[in-house]
Amino acid sequence: MKCKGIGALTGRIARAICLLALLLPVVAFASDRVPKPVIDIDKPGRCVEDTATMRREHPDMLKHQRELTVHEGIRTRAHSLKGCVECHASTKTGSVLGEKGFCQSCHDYASVKLDCFGCHASKPKLASGAKP
Amino acid sequence: MSADANDGLSRRGFLAISAATLGGVMLAPGIRLIEIAGARAPDQPVSRQVRWGLLIDTSKCLPGCDDCVKACATENGIKDTGHPRTDAQWIRKVELKDMRSGHTNSVPVMCQHCEYPPCVDVCPTGASFKRADGIVLVDRHICIGCRYCMMACPYKARSIVFQNITGQNPDVPRGNGCAEGCTLCVHRIDHGRQPACVEACTKAGHNAMIFGDLNDPQSEIAQRVAKYASTQIRADLSLNPGVRYQGL
Amino acid sequence: MAESLIYRELGGTSRRYWRLLALLAVPLALGAVSYFYIEHYGHIVTGMDNQIVWGMPHVFAVFLVIAATGALNVAMAASVFGKTVYRPVAPLSALVSLALLAGGLAVLMLDLGRSDRMIVAVTRLNFQSIFALRVILYDGFMATVGVYFWFLLERRMNRYIKPAAILALLWQLLLITGTGLEFGFNIGRAAYDSVLYAPMFIAFSSAYGTAVLILILLAVCSWEDRPVSDELLRRLKNLLGIFVGASLFFAVLFLSSKHELARSRDVARFLLFDGGVYTALLWLGQIAIGGIVPLALLLRSQVSRAAIAAACALVVLGGLAQMYVTLIGGQAYPQILFPGMVESSSFFDGEIHPYTPSVPEVLLGLGGVGLAAAIVAVALRALALLPERLDQTAGPRA
Repeated sequence: MKCKGIGALTGRIARAICLLALLLPVVAFASDRVPKPVIDIDKPGRCVEDTATMRREHPDMLKHQRELTVHEGIRTRAHSLKGCVECHASTKTGSVLGEKGFCQSCHDYASVKLDCFGCHASKPKLASGAKP
Repeated sequence: MSADANDGLSRRGFLAISAATLGGVMLAPGIRLIEIAGARAPDQPVSRQVRWGLLIDTSKCLPGCDDCVKACATENGIKDTGHPRTDAQWIRKVELKDMRSGHTNSVPVMCQHCEYPPCVDVCPTGASFKRADGIVLVDRHICIGCRYCMMACPYKARSIVFQNITGQNPDVPRGNGCAEGCTLCVHRIDHGRQPACVEACTKAGHNAMIFGDLNDPQSEIAQRVAKYASTQIRADLSLNPGVRYQGL
Repeated sequence: MAESLIYRELGGTSRRYWRLLALLAVPLALGAVSYFYIEHYGHIVTGMDNQIVWGMPHVFAVFLVIAATGALNVAMAASVFGKTVYRPVAPLSALVSLALLAGGLAVLMLDLGRSDRMIVAVTRLNFQSIFALRVILYDGFMATVGVYFWFLLERRMNRYIKPAAILALLWQLLLITGTGLEFGFNIGRAAYDSVLYAPMFIAFSSAYGTAVLILILLAVCSWEDRPVSDELLRRLKNLLGIFVGASLFFAVLFLSSKHELARSRDVARFLLFDGGVYTALLWLGQIAIGGIVPLALLLRSQVSRAAIAAACALVVLGGLAQMYVTLIGGQAYPQILFPGMVESSSFFDGEIHPYTPSVPEVLLGLGGVGLAAAIVAVALRALALLPERLDQTAGPRA
C-alpha cells in the first residue's frame, strides 16, 4: 500500500538526482586527473604529412598501409608503423608507450584503446637489439 | 580529308602499324612481368609469377644440429619461457626412425606453405591467407584466435601466443592470442634476402637448405628439383607444399 | 471432444523462483570471472597448449550447440511431420533449442584468443571456410527458429507455422551437417577425417537435444504440478530410444571403420584400447552410460518417470564423455607427418599429448550451461510456453 505523499517525494528525489547527474561531465572536465598529452618531438624533421592530417587520418593511413604490407608485400617506409616508431620513440625511454610516450599519452587522453603494440614493437629496431 | 593524305598510308601500312602497336602493347606487360620475377621493387605488389619454395637435403642434416631452429628463434624474437608445451616453435627438427628398416633421419619441419592450405580454408575471418607469391601467412590484425587453423594443419605448423609479450622484433610483430607460424621470413624475402634458417645453415657450411623461386626455371632450386628426386611431406594429401625434401 | 489447451507461464510463489535464479547466477558469475581471468592473462592459465588447442570450453560448447540443434526435433515432428501429440511441447522445444545455442555460442566466443575481436568474427567472413559458414548457419538458425517460435506463439501467424517450420528444419539439417563436417573434413588428424561425422552428429544431436528437452519438461511440470500424460511420455521416450540407438549405430560404424582401414588403425586402437582416459570415457561413458544403459531403460514398455529422467541424464553424461573423447582424444593423438616412421621432436611430434583441464576452463564451460538454463527459466516465467495440462489428447492446433 503506497502512500501518495511518499511516492511523490521519491519521484522528486529521483528527478533531482538525474538532473545532478547531467552535471557530472563538468566535474570530469574540471579535474586534472587525466594528464594532457605530451607531444615531445625529439627528432627533428617533418612528419610524413602535416599535423592536422596526421591527427585526423593516421588510423586510416595505418589501416590502409597494413593491407598493402601484409597482403601485397609493399614495404615502403612512408606510412609504415615501423617508420612512425623509429621517429617518434622518446629519446629517454626509447619507446612510444609509457606515460609520456608519444602514442600512449594522446591515446590515454582521448581514451582510445591502443591495439597496435600488443603485437608491434614499441621501440625502434636498434634500441630493441634485434638483428636487421 | 583529301584523297592525297590517304595516299601516304596504304591499307597494308595501316595494318602493319596497328599490329606492331598492338603487339607492343601486349608484350609490354609481359616484359614487365619478367622484370618482376627477377627482382621486385619494394613498392610493387607481389605477383603470382613467383612461387617461393625451400629444398631441404636431409642427407646433409645432422641429427642434433639445430642451427636453423636457433636462427629462426633469434630472427623472429621467439623467446624460451621455460614452458616448452606453450612456447612457439616455427621450425623444429624431427628425428625419424623407420619402424621396419631402422633407418634414421633428421628433418627440419616448418610451415610447408601449401598450394592448397587447409589453414586458409578453415580460417573464419580470412586472417590465415596465402599471398600471391605462395607464402602462407597470418594477418594478425584480423586473427581472432579461434585456433581452427591449428586444428586443421596436418603439419602442426601453427601455434598460438599464450601470454602478453614485449620486446618483439619490429620486423616480426607477434602478440597474445593470435595464431602464428613460419613466415618464410617474409620480411627478409621482400628485401631480397634469404630466410634466416637457410642463411644460418649455409653459413655453418652444412648447405642442406636452398631457398628460391620454384617458378623460375633459371633458379637453383628449380633446376635441382627438376634434376634430382624430391618429395613433399604427406604428399598423399595433395596440398602441394612449397617445401620439398630430398633423402626422405 | 478435446478441450483446447491453455498455455500459461510459470507462476506461483515468487520466492522459490528467485531462489532458482540466484542458483543459476552462480555458474554465470563464475563463468564471467573465468572469462576475464583467461582474457587478461592469456591462455597460458588454461590447460591448453600448442598440442591440445581446444579444451574443456569447447567440450561444453560443442555439446551445447549439438544439443541445441537436436532439441528442435520434437517441434519439427509436430509442425512438419504432423505428429500432433507433440504440439503442446513445440514452443518449449524451440525455446530450449535457442537457449542451448546461445549458451554454446557464448562459450565459443569467450574462449577466443582475441575475444575483443568478436565483431571481426562476424563481420569479416571467409566464405570458403566451413567455420565461417557456421557463423552464418548459427545466425540463420537463430533467425529461422525465432520466426517459427514467434509463429507458434502469435495466434494470427499460426497458419504460417508449417512453412516456417520447414525452413527451420532445413536450416537445422544444414547446421548440424556443417558442425559434423568441421571434424569430418579435417584431413590433418587421423581421428577426424571421415564424412561419417555428418550423420553421426545428426544422431548425436537428436539424442542429446531430446534428452535435455525431456529433462526440462519433466522438471518444469513437476515444479508446477502440471500433469503430463503417460501417452506423451511414452512417445517421447520411444523417440529418444530411436535417437540413442542411432547414435550407438553410427559410433560403432565409425570406430569399426577406422579400425578396419589400415591407414587409421593406429588411432582406432588408441581410442578403443590404448588411450587410457579416452578409452575409459569411450567405453564407459559414451557406449555404456550414454548408449546401452539408457536404451535398456527406454525400451521398457511401462512408462516410469524416474526411469525416463534417469535415462535422459545418462544420455547427457554420455554425450559429454563423447565430446571429450572426440575433441580432446582426437587432439591427443599426434598428427602423422611421416607414416611408417617413429617421430620425435622438441615440438612433441609423434607422442600422445597430455591434457589436464584447468579450473577456469571448466567454469567457463559451466557458465555456458548456466546461461542456457537461465534463458529457459526466464523465458518460461515471462511467456506462456507450456500448457497448464499435458494430459489431454491433443485437439486442433492451439
